[in-house]
Amino acid sequence: MKLRANLVIGGALFALAILVGLLAPWLAHTDPVLDANLMNAEEPPSWTWWFGTDGQGRDIYSRVVYGARISLTVGIVSQLINSVIGVALGLSAGYFGGWWDDVVNALTNLMLAIPSLIFALAIMAVLGPGLTSLLIALGLTNWSFTCRIARASALSLRSQGYVQAATVLGYGDVRIMITQLLPNMLGPLIVIGTLGMGSAVLSEAALSFLGLGVRPPFPSWGSMLSEARDQITTAPWLSVFPGLAIFLTVLGLNLLGDGLRDILDPQSRSRRT
Amino acid sequence: MHEPKVRSGEGRPDDVILSVEDLAVHFPLGGGLLGRERRLLRAVDGVDLTLKRGECLGLVGESGSGKSTVALSILGLLKPTRGRIVVDGQVVTDGPSGDRKALARTVQIVFQDPYASLNPRQTVRRTLEDPLRVHGVTAKSEIEDRVASMLRHVGLRPEQADRYPHEFSGGQRQRIGIARALILNPKIVICDEPVSALDVSIRAQIINLLLELKETLSLSYIMISHDLGVVEHMSDKVAVMYLGRIVENGDWREIFERPAHPYTQALIAAIPDPLRHAPLATTGGDLPNPLNPPNGCAFSPRCRYAEDVCRSEPGPVLETRPDGHAVRCWRADEIAGQMVLAPT
Repeated sequence: MKLRANLVIGGALFALAILVGLLAPWLAHTDPVLDANLMNAEEPPSWTWWFGTDGQGRDIYSRVVYGARISLTVGIVSQLINSVIGVALGLSAGYFGGWWDDVVNALTNLMLAIPSLIFALAIMAVLGPGLTSLLIALGLTNWSFTCRIARASALSLRSQGYVQAATVLGYGDVRIMITQLLPNMLGPLIVIGTLGMGSAVLSEAALSFLGLGVRPPFPSWGSMLSEARDQITTAPWLSVFPGLAIFLTVLGLNLLGDGLRDILDPQSRSRRT
Repeated sequence: MHEPKVRSGEGRPDDVILSVEDLAVHFPLGGGLLGRERRLLRAVDGVDLTLKRGECLGLVGESGSGKSTVALSILGLLKPTRGRIVVDGQVVTDGPSGDRKALARTVQIVFQDPYASLNPRQTVRRTLEDPLRVHGVTAKSEIEDRVASMLRHVGLRPEQADRYPHEFSGGQRQRIGIARALILNPKIVICDEPVSALDVSIRAQIINLLLELKETLSLSYIMISHDLGVVEHMSDKVAVMYLGRIVENGDWREIFERPAHPYTQALIAAIPDPLRHAPLATTGGDLPNPLNPPNGCAFSPRCRYAEDVCRSEPGPVLETRPDGHAVRCWRADEIAGQMVLAPT
């Protein structure tokens, strides 16, 4: 099988981000939190300080490397929670219809009506700041698009001959949903999932900026970006490098989603190779 | 009772494998919060059918006549408003869903569209193995043997099992659809327009395959089609549906040689026949709106023989004559067997 560029580049970027996060203790030059030295404050990038230093003299490179851990954890885990909730609700609503569909629709509309960041903020306010509450807050507030797509796909697939055939063959409802419906709606779900990971990384930044996400000394790309806001003219490297990290990760996720969709769709697979 | 002529199978009169009694399926439309008028779509309205072991019953009629609704009710996919369906001793219409698995081992369906009826993400093997697993076949060797032998039965090679549906042609896909319908060894197979989505060149192959499988696996068929040519070739009995009701019912030879209902006559006239010089009179117009059926006989607005009684009185009861031929028409005795040439 021929490998496609989007899959290779996207996969490489995402794998790189994950590797950086995993190998952070070996890659980082200094401790991202403790090694602050005001003598080195706001040094521009150089051979000693690859990405420069911040106002407290901490190495931006080391902070970006460690930041990958938090940003990726939030992105991946919260989107996984969203996908599971969205697919479970949307798929069952589209398949069963009736009152359950009405309930799920009402819930989805409610979620779409409330800005998800405000809702996440409210949850954070109740749970208190910290990584776990961040995951819960972002994981519970962004499933509406996944749900919509899963429901719409389930509705249109439900009347397909092979779904009827499965019913006639005596398959149970859960088996039909998992073996007949789910595999045929993966493409759009994967695309939504990768985009959702990107937006979760951004939401994490927003919440961290508001003081409800990751607490200040610990680095996440979002919080670094927020902290660097005031110095964007005097010390642009403070925002450029975490911003670049976010950009490359989101780009990688989107390319990867695209490439995966090509692979998971067996019709496009044989057409192109 | 006069024993009807059959082309194949045992066909003893008491050997009924499927009976549909007074089946009605009504769909309520509209209603809801805004309080619009609730209307009733009578998709099927009082249908009686019997299928004998080893026979093929052709169910014909236009799109919208209710053929597929009857099929879905027999398969337990639609809950009838009224009536009783007995499949091989099991009453389908009893209880909320009945024993779906037992029904699955008795009745199966071959769908019209071989492209939409196969899961594009499952190999043929998976499509055929999963039903066996659902029905409690666990031994790996038995599953493999049954899949391989079923593929051979439908004219495919067992080594093609690991391919995906899109790697097959339309005719081959329909063979896979047939294999899937037969993998649980059902007794009855409902063929819902099994060849109308296929190229004319491969229709005959599929029809012959279905006829051959009927003999080797001793199946009974319900053949749903709007194409009387296919039905004529395959069926022992024919039932003609019009707007949710059966208008004519009988032995295939009777129906094709002495059609008594004007609608049946029009359908037969519509079969292309290269040897016929003058075209026969068919009928114009469309199926009436089932939400607003005509007064009197449902066919009267399109019927060349319609009289006052046809327009005011609903069609008569479907009365079975001693020869098994039943017609729902006020003027059946006068017009039976007449085929009129098209006006020039």
